[in-house]
Formats: sequence, structure tokens, C-alpha cells
Amino acid sequence: MQEWANQLCENRQFGSKMTDSKYFTTTKKGEIFELKAELNSDKKEKKKEAVKKVIASMTVGKDVSALFPDVVNCMQTDNLELKKLVYLYLMNYAKSQPDMAIMAVNTFVKDCEDPNPLIRALAVRTMGCIRVDKITEYLCEPLRKCLKDEDPYVRKTAAVCVAKLHDINAQLVEDQGFLDTLKDLISDSNPMVVANAVAALSEIAESHPNSNLMDLNPQTINKLLTALNECTEWGQIFILDCLANYTPRDDRESQSICERVTPRLSHANSAVVLSAVKVLMKFMEMLPKDLDYYGTLLKKLAPPLVTLLSAEPELQYVALRNINLIVQRRPEILKHEMKVFFVKYNDPIYVKLEKLDIMIRLASQANIAQVLAELKEYATEVDVDFVRKAVRAIGRCAIKVEQSAERCVSTLLDLIQTKVNYVVQEAIVVIKDIFRKYPNKYESVIATLCENLDSLDEPEARAAMIWIVGEYAERIDNADELLESFLEGFHDESTQVQLQLLTAIVKLFLKKPTETQELVQQVLSLATQDSDNPDLRDRGYIYWRLLSTDPVAAKEVVLAEKPLISEETDLIEPTLLEELICHIGTLASVYHKPPSAFVEGSRGVQHKRLPGSTGSGESVESPDTGSAAGVSDAPPAVIPSQGDLLGDLLNLDLTPPATTGPPPPATSGLQMGAMDLLGGGLDSLMGDESEPVTTRRERPPIPLRTGTPQSPQTLQQSPSPPDYSPTELGGDLGGSSAMGAGFGAAPAAMPAPVSGGLDDLFDLGGGVGMPMGAFSPPKIVWLPAMKGKGLEISGTFARRAGVFQMELTLTNKAMSVMTDFAIQFNRNSFGIAPAGPLQVLTPLSPNQSIEVTLPLNTVGPVMKMEPLNNLQVAVKNNIDVFYFSCQYPISMLFVEDGKMERQVFLATWKDIPNDNESQFQIKDCHLSSDAASNKLQGSNIFTIAKRTVDGQDMLYQSMKLTNGIWVLAELRLQAGNPNYTVSLKCRAPEVSQCVFQSYEAVLKN
Amino acid sequence: MEQQLDGQKPVQKASPEMIHSLFLINHSGDIFLEKHWKSVISRSVCDYFFEAKEKAEDPENVPPVLQTPHHYLISIYRGKLFFLSVVQTEVPPLFVIEFLHRVADTFQEYFGECSESVIKDNVVIVYELLEEMLDNGFPLATESNVLKEMIRPPTILRSVVNTLTGGSNVGDTLPTGQLSIIPWRRAGVKYTNNEAYFDVIEEIDAIVDKSGTTVFAEIQGVIEACVRLSGMPDLTLSFMNPRLLDDMSFHPCVRFKRWEAERVLSFIPPDGNFRLMSYHVSSQNLVAIPVYVKQNISFLETGSCGRLEITIGPKQTMGKMVEALMATIHMPKSVLSVSLTASQGSYTYDITTKILIWDIGRLNPQKLPNLRGSLSMQTGVPKPEENPSINIDLKIQQLAISGLKVSRLDMYGEKYKPFKGVKYLTKAGKFQVRT
Repeated sequence: MQEWANQLCENRQFGSKMTDSKYFTTTKKGEIFELKAELNSDKKEKKKEAVKKVIASMTVGKDVSALFPDVVNCMQTDNLELKKLVYLYLMNYAKSQPDMAIMAVNTFVKDCEDPNPLIRALAVRTMGCIRVDKITEYLCEPLRKCLKDEDPYVRKTAAVCVAKLHDINAQLVEDQGFLDTLKDLISDSNPMVVANAVAALSEIAESHPNSNLMDLNPQTINKLLTALNECTEWGQIFILDCLANYTPRDDRESQSICERVTPRLSHANSAVVLSAVKVLMKFMEMLPKDLDYYGTLLKKLAPPLVTLLSAEPELQYVALRNINLIVQRRPEILKHEMKVFFVKYNDPIYVKLEKLDIMIRLASQANIAQVLAELKEYATEVDVDFVRKAVRAIGRCAIKVEQSAERCVSTLLDLIQTKVNYVVQEAIVVIKDIFRKYPNKYESVIATLCENLDSLDEPEARAAMIWIVGEYAERIDNADELLESFLEGFHDESTQVQLQLLTAIVKLFLKKPTETQELVQQVLSLATQDSDNPDLRDRGYIYWRLLSTDPVAAKEVVLAEKPLISEETDLIEPTLLEELICHIGTLASVYHKPPSAFVEGSRGVQHKRLPGSTGSGESVESPDTGSAAGVSDAPPAVIPSQGDLLGDLLNLDLTPPATTGPPPPATSGLQMGAMDLLGGGLDSLMGDESEPVTTRRERPPIPLRTGTPQSPQTLQQSPSPPDYSPTELGGDLGGSSAMGAGFGAAPAAMPAPVSGGLDDLFDLGGGVGMPMGAFSPPKIVWLPAMKGKGLEISGTFARRAGVFQMELTLTNKAMSVMTDFAIQFNRNSFGIAPAGPLQVLTPLSPNQSIEVTLPLNTVGPVMKMEPLNNLQVAVKNNIDVFYFSCQYPISMLFVEDGKMERQVFLATWKDIPNDNESQFQIKDCHLSSDAASNKLQGSNIFTIAKRTVDGQDMLYQSMKLTNGIWVLAELRLQAGNPNYTVSLKCRAPEVSQCVFQSYEAVLKN
Repeated sequence: MEQQLDGQKPVQKASPEMIHSLFLINHSGDIFLEKHWKSVISRSVCDYFFEAKEKAEDPENVPPVLQTPHHYLISIYRGKLFFLSVVQTEVPPLFVIEFLHRVADTFQEYFGECSESVIKDNVVIVYELLEEMLDNGFPLATESNVLKEMIRPPTILRSVVNTLTGGSNVGDTLPTGQLSIIPWRRAGVKYTNNEAYFDVIEEIDAIVDKSGTTVFAEIQGVIEACVRLSGMPDLTLSFMNPRLLDDMSFHPCVRFKRWEAERVLSFIPPDGNFRLMSYHVSSQNLVAIPVYVKQNISFLETGSCGRLEITIGPKQTMGKMVEALMATIHMPKSVLSVSLTASQGSYTYDITTKILIWDIGRLNPQKLPNLRGSLSMQTGVPKPEENPSINIDLKIQQLAISGLKVSRLDMYGEKYKPFKGVKYLTKAGKFQVRT
């Protein structure tokens, strides 16, 4: 500061005398001291100059708070300028000098009685800015007088002061009745006072979301509308924003408000215009579409929006972000205005990118030629981000407007010929989408694409290219070479590329099995054995099992016909869009996030919704908005629409575009099949109310086996492929509980003779130690956020103090708040059901996680599941219903009284036929028999007896399931041998596999 | 000190006001003025802005709305200065941006320019103005008419007088306009010469493609007024052809109902200079393109040179003279230097910004201006992909290119006879020719 001040003075030797820069010239050490002396000078003029110097120092961020008492001493003066300057200083420093600030109170109180309204207003205004508790007490009386002052200038200033005071001490404001006075001011005769009262009340209401402060009724609305015409531009913004919170009683009232707000569209202040647009967009919802006025209103909205685009770039940016919302909600408003969104060479980049987005949204058959010509032009510009987005936009045009697809493809090919690296990569990514939208139409370009393989260095482009090679392997002669070249650096690729590569090679194998066996083996082993990524491993295992059990089925699964991708991409989710429309013109509308998502300290969140259409009966939602965007008071649909499900099922790793859209009609029959594959009608999932479901919901997670996979060769021997309807499973992903089951089905072990005489058993005491905590597996993700519209659920099961429970972590990764959680289970093997509601009492804010414990019982309806311990769960929230399945360790169902009498054990063991015995190996376990026994008892596996023969310990154990099934076990362990043997006997041998898994899990934890 | 106190009070309440603080930053990134309407926010908050500025390279490309962990930074870029406001709660960003532009306008109006040096020279007035314009985040007085009564603009003479006499530059009475329903006009205005001038200024925004076809064209028009009339004049301005206009924005003084019903502008004007209305003509057939540009810019595939030839000729000038003609071309980075011959005017090439400016002057239809020659390119780099774009500037006096014409101006409410005048001017706005 000092430097520039000096410089300034040197540069303007004469000028500096006349200007304020002279206040910066004091550079001597004793500056503060000197100022102090000047402030205490007798000469008024010297004092004023000194205060100015102090202020000047303050403006450049210098600390002059030490002068507080001296400056305050200057306050008592009739010189208005000096007074103002002192006030300026006070506002800045009062907070750091609260005790000193009290010194100023008397002058303030006196000034509030001054005959000059300017001084009265100034005093009350400044007092409100001094955020010192002690001062606020003294403020009340002057403020009360000023709120009723005869001069409107004072009243209007006082209204704002109430809001300031409320921020410092809300209770005080309520106790003093200032809120009522403020409400009375809404009826003030002066429009400026009304506007400020509205502004103050809105601000206070924001901190009290539930208060009834802004009690809007037709009378107050009328007053506001009257004031709207006469108050300042800023006041108009406050009033319009307040009006937007009102919900008219019927369409007639809605129309009359719209009529009175429309003139604001011609205001020179763009913030007024946008606030008016917000009110109109919201109230339009209530107007019947067949009304003439509705059409008139639509027409009136376009010109002001267009005009906003000729304003300064900063204003344009905000306008464009809002227009983006408006065209999604009501595309008809701007459908003829495409050209205003054409990008100009000297637009700032942030404006260019937004314009491009809107161009795509408005693209239609009528204007596509122009749009394409423009996009091609943009693709040769300098800015990389912009060029990329332009190339992508060409692809989106192709997908959106079928007639243009061919032209788009040839444009993209032209761009690929430029060999500009990032242009080529973007083009390949979008061409992949075009292939998905129009299969078997443009494949002739593949050769050109393949030429550019080497230049691709971005994961998304590589993944897209690999997808293309895999999908069209039969048409590419050297597909195997191409894919093999990627395989070399497999571990250095991103997950996206790895997954794609795995799928592509499997596709290739299914198409050209003879030449590519080695390649597929290689990729499967890379994916399953050398990778730490569970998704990759799982997918690898699925393919492996699939290929080895039934190649024909594999073909049907992997090479299934994929549903077409939808036209419109990256649309904002309808409920969010509705909320954002209610927030037009705000920061929320700029970020396209609900206000609750990002405003710090937003106390209490109110979600705004568009009002429903009322009035005349036939005023149904217009077709253009679609039913999904309709009124959202209705509870969320229990059965998700088919489109969503298919989208989830076929989720490609390549993110955009979303694979939503109606499923091809031909698949409906198959969907029934898919349902069977889940082991039961999902219709029971949601209780009694639902009708039969015609579609599968969610991919159940694949159980992760710990055993090493067998090689394809051996697997191929295993007979009887599981019964599934493969086409439904989709190309790229595969994976369903059925496949998981097939994968896990171990060959039934031959009954092994029980070694040792059972009679000896009882000679030994059951060396049972202290029970330890029941085993509970670590939480795993059951519902990834991508499938749960942002809701991620991870969880586990636990048995604590005899209570069987599900422990969930719900994480909100979406942008909107989630509420209304509920949970239900499908019928399952052991009748597991929630013993109470899902206790999520507070709304789940974005990025928030909550831990929930759900107590379970086992009295629900029973249906055998495959695998036995599979549990299908539906979780509902305000957004949708989500389905996933998970598997519980069967040890959770072992009850506390599962310790059999020795005699009974012996008898039972003999009684159960040997055919029911299964034997399993547990590898790599290093526990002593006592430790093992202890561990197992923690999970209600009770050791009844122990015997040692030839250094081999044999533990005889029992456990009882919640449904009364007893399981008897013999665990053999030998010191020094890490491999244990478990023999299980049970009257229901189906449980053995699960019990064995539990053994393994418990012992290894 | 401030910080310590905050530390004692960990409960940080969301501040309710709209604009919390304002920082003025010059284009090299120094904060040279800060104003806080409530508690002091450390200027370190600007670091997020500097980061974005760094990233944007060009100051024009800094995004106007930035999110930081605790604040939002909303900024505008005017006259090589950033006006950066800090807000903490949900506010309409347009509100803030409009306000910031209003602040810049006010500085312009008060000091004749809006630059760092002039703001530093008048820092106390600036501070007083900011305090007067915003109270607790609510705009208080933003009309320059009102402000000027409360805080007098500096003049050399007044500074001298004030210094000698201890006079003040703060008004001590309540501005009359502040409360009346015509806040934009002060009372008791008196002139010896009563005059009202209106300038109809139209800017053509257009994109013309390689082949000379107009891709997009529209007209942004404004009517700037300079009214110095005594008393409370009530004016009515009418047009020959008001239906030309597609969308209008009016100064608050214009009676909207009368415009709706009769298509005349009826208003009690503010005193002095103001923008009466702005409008928009977008129907393409109404937008005449005054000049055509014949160009050929090519870069050779091999070798290190390129060719450039540009000729500009009149197209639809309505018989008027095209003046102040200028072409600005952003060359690709690899163009090192140019060697050109201009048949008229002069050209400059800035090798750092790669901008070629050809200042032509008046367009002579008999002898079309031509610029031709060679471009020397960096060797060893591939030929540029992008095609440079030509931006055209021009002026046509005494013509509103849309054809808009004022038919008459009537005054009611006062007895004297004012002197009236209307001027027309057409300019190129964002007029871009693609190559």
C-alpha cells in the first residue's frame, strides 16, 4: 500500500494535492501517534482530515483500530460528513472494541431524535451494523420509534435494521414485537418501505423456515403487487422473489398474478427480468394449457430471455444457466430462437460452453442443418475444452435427430481426418454412442477408426475404441491383434478400460472361438488373479464360469441385443428440475444443485415444488413435459418404470449417455424369465399391494468366493447349466444371482466315514472357553450409488446379544436431500423380516452418511432362495425404490440355545443318514482347537465334546437355526496342519454349504 | 483482532446480507480496495479467485460465479478492473452482478473514468458512495441523481474550495427524489437553456460465414437521452414504426401501460444523462448487413508461409457513408510476422497477442480497400487447424439500420419551449466474419 501511495504521489506532484491520495502519504514511524494528535485537534478541519486518513488506511486493509477512542470522540459534531466518516469507522471496528463501542451509544440515541431525517436514518442504520450485544439493548427503543417515524426514508431504513438486529439476537427481536411491526409495514403507503419490509421479512424467514412469518394470502399478495409497480428495481426483485413462494388458490388467481407480473419482463435490470421469469414459470404450471392466455404467456417469455443474452458476459452466463433449466422444462418457449445461442468468436469461454449446451437441447429436425454447420465451425476453434464439447455435441445431434445421423457421422469422420489428437478421441467416444443408437448402419467407418488406435491416450476414448472392436469383432480381420495390443499394458490401464477389454475379448472369443482361446484365457487370468479390483474380478469370474459351463448360454448373454440408448442425455432429474425452476435466478440455478446442497448454514431446508395444475378439469400435464415431470405430491411409484431397470441392468461402463428409454418390445417375454431366475416372484416384495412385476429390478451382487477358481477346462465338465434366461442379462455386464449360484454350486462331497468311536466322545469334557463376540463380516456395498440414483447402501449382518440385525450405512451421493426411507425384504429361506421400521429420522443431506441398525426377526414368509442365504431387499426413499440382494452368513441364524445334549447329539448323529453328510476343507487356518472352539462359540456354534486321536483334535459341535433345524458337526484339526476338515450332518442337507461358509468365515476372522 | 474474537465465538452464523464484502482488484492481481458491509472477511478469500484467474489465462475468461468452501465469489470485469463481491448465502447472482455494474457506472459518472488510479485518488468518496449504495446487503440508493445530492462529485474547484474553507462534499439534506414515486428525478431543477437530446444507437451483431452468407444477425438498440429541462416536464416520444421492435427494456420512468396500449414512450425524465430504453430487433430480414468482406487466408501445407487477402466493400448502407472501418484478426499462434500491403489505411500486427488490426477509416465505394501479402509462419509445426476470424468495426452516422425513426417529442406539464434533437448512429457490435 505504502509503495503505491508513494509512487502515486511522485507521479502526480500537483494532482495529489487535490485528491485523497494525500491521505496515504504518511509513512513515518509514528503515524498512528500523529493521527492521534490530529484527531484530538481543536480544529474541526484538521479533525476531519485526520478521520479521512484513518478511513483511507482502513480501505486498504490496514489495522487502525488502536485509534478507536480518538475517532469516537469526533462523533459529536454537526458536520454531517465528519459524522458519516466516524460512523464508517465504527462499523468496521466496533466488534473488536465492544467496550469502547458503548461510548458511542449516547450519541446514537441522541441522533435518532435529530430533526433531520437523514441523520435519524443514518444513526439507526449504523447502530444496526454494530454487532455488539451490549449495544443491541440500547438499540431497541430508538428502533421502535424509527419504525413508526413520520418520514418514510427513516421507516425504510429501520425495516432493514430489524433484519440486522434479528441476525444478532433473534430472541430479542421477537420479544420486542418487531416482527409484527415489520409485518404491518407491508401495508405501508410508501412502496419503498413495503419493499424493504418484504426484504427484511424474507431474510428473517430464511433463518426460520417453519415460522409463519411471510403469511402470504390474497390480501398481502395484492399489496405486494401494488408496491411492485412503484418501488425501486431492487425492491422489485425482493417482491418478486417473495411472490414466487406463494401458491395461488386456483388458476384464475394464478393468471391474474401473471398478468400483473408480465410488465416486469421489460425492465432494464436483468435481475428483475429473471425474477419475473421465475414467478411466471412457476405460476404457469397452474394454468390450463388450452387457455389462450397460456399461449400468450409462452410467447411473452421468449424475447426477454433472448435480450438477456445481449447483456454483459457475466449476466449472460447466469442467464444461460437458467435458460438451460427453462428449455428442459418448457422447450417450446425458445424453440425458434436457436440462432441467438450461436457462439461468437469473442464470447468468454464460460459463455461459449453454456451456449453449446443449449444448442443441443434445442436441436431438432427443423434446425439441425444450421446447428451442424455451426458445430463443425466450432470444432476448428482454438480452445481445447470448447472444441471437445463441440465434437461431443455433434454426436449428441446424431443421436437426437435421426435424420441428421448420417451427416453427423461424416462430419465426425472429417474431423478424425484432421488427426488433431483430442478431436479424434472425442469423435471416437461419440461414434461409439452412435453405433449403439443406430446398430448396423455406420459400421463402414470402423476401418477409419482403427487407423487411429495408436493415438488414443485417454481412458474414455480407449474404452470406447475397445468396445467398438469387441462389438464388431467379426468384421475386423485383425480384431485379435488389436485387442492383444491393449492387453500388454493391462495393469496400467484404468478400470474403465480394463473392464471393457475383458468384455471385448470375451465377445471376440464367442465370435471367433478357434483363434482366440489363448487370448481369452490370458485376459481372464489377468482379471481374476492379478487384479485387486473387485468389479473386474467379479466380472472375470462370471465370464469364466459362464464360458466354462455353457458357451451357448454365454453367447446369448454376452452377445445379447442391447437396448437402444435414449435420445436426450444428461437431462436434469425431473424432481430436481422442478425444484430448480422454483429457484430460477439464484445460486442454485447457476450450479444446478438444490440450495440445500451447498449453501453453508442454510438453516432448515424447504424443498420447493411447482404447484400442480388446478382449476378446469382437463388441464392435464402437457405431453411435452412428460408424466415423470408432473406433480410430485404423489408417493413415489412403487414399481419403477421398465426403462430405469433396463438402464441399470445394462449399464455400460462408458458413462454417458444414460441407457434409459423404453425397452425394445420384444424383450418383455424374456423379462418374465428373468424374474424366475431370481428364485421367486418379486411381486411379493412389496407386500400385498403390488401387481405382478414384469421386470427384473437390480443386479444382485455376486458372492465373492474365497476358493480359487477352477480352470475353464474342468468347469466345462460340470453338467446341468443353471437355468437362466440369458438374453436378459445384457451384453456387457452379465451377472445375476443365478449365475452366482451356478458358480458357487460345489459338487456334493461324498460322505466321509466318521473317524473314531463316538462312544469315546463323552470321556472328554467339552473344553469350552469364554464366548467371544459373534462374527460379523465387514460392510460391503450392496447398492452402489450409480444404481441407487445417488443412494449408496453398504451393510452387513450381525448378531449382538442374541439380536439378529442388519447394520446399514446409507450415504447420499446425490445432490438432493433424501427422506422417507423404508425397507422391505422379499420372502426368503428363513423368513427373515425387519422387526421394525428403518429408523432414518432426519433427512439425509447430500454427502451425508448415516449408520442405521435394523433389528430383524425370522417370522416372515418363507420361500427357498438360491443361494439359500440370499436376501432380496427393497429400499424406498423420496426418489425411488431400489432393489438389491445380499447374502447373510448363516451363522447369524444360529440361536443361543444351540448346544445339544451329548446323548441327543450321539443319537442324532447316528440317526441322520450318511447321505446327508458333507465334508469340507478349511485351508490355511492356524488356530488351536481351543481357540477355534472359542471363536465358534462366539457365533453360537457350541462344542459339545473334544477328542484327541493321534495328535488330531476332533471337536463335536452343534448349532441350531432359528427355524429349529439342527446341524451337527465334527471339526478335525491337527497341530501343524493348517487344513481343517469339517463334516456336517443335518436333516436338511441344503444348509450344509452355507454352514461351511460360516465356519470358514468365523474361523478366519 | 477480528480473528481472535471470531475464535472465541465458534458459532458462526450464516450472515444474512446479500453482499458481504467487495474487493477491487487490478488486472495484475493486486487488491487495492476493500469494503466490508459487516464483519471483515480476510482478503485471503480472494486466493480462490486468483487461482481461477490463473487458470483462465485471459481475464475475460474468469468465470463470474465461483464457489469456495465458505463463500461465493461473484465478480465482474470492467475497465481492466475486477469488482469481486463475497457472498455467504443464497442470493440471486444477477442481483449482485447488476449491482456491481451499477457501482462501476457510478464511479464512471463521478470520476469520468473507472480506473485504479482514479479510485485511489478519490478513495474517501468511493467509500462514502459504497456505504450509501448498500445497507446490510440491500441496495439503498443507486440512482446517480439521488447519490449526487447526497455525495457531491469531486471537481478540482470544489476540492480547492473545500480545502480552503473546510466545506464538505456530503449533502446534509435528504435527497428529494429518494422518497417520491419518481425517485429518479430531483426537485427544483432549473435551466436557462432547456434542451432534450436523444441518441438512437444501434449495434449490429452478426456472424457471416466464409461464403458471405449471414448465419445470424440481430440489432441491439438503445436510446440514450440527455435531458436538461426545468421543473417537472412530462414527455411523450413517439416512433414512426414502433412495431419493428421485438423486445424492449425501459428505464423505470417509462409508463409501461401506455407503451402497451399506444406504443408511445411517456415519461417524466431523470435529470441529465440516462438510458431511456434498449431494444432488440432479431427478425433477420430487417437486419441489413452494411459491408461485405471478401477474404482469403491460407496456410501452406509445407513451407513456412501463408497468404492473406482481404477486400471490404459496401453492401446495404442505405446510401450513407461507412466510417471508422476497422478489421481485427486473431491469427493462429504459429504466425510469426506478416508482410502486407494496405491499399488504404494502416495495419499493425502484435506478435505477442497475434492480433492483426487493419484500420481503414472511411469506406470509398469507388476504390475498395484491400489488404494483401504474406504471413510468415513458425517452421516445424503443423499447419494451424483453426481458421482466424475477422471482427469488423464500423460506424454509420445519421442512420438507424433497423429503420427506426422518432416521429415526434411532446412536452406537457411545463410552459417553456425546449430545444429538441434526435441523432442516429449505427455501429458494428459483435460483427464477425468467418474464414
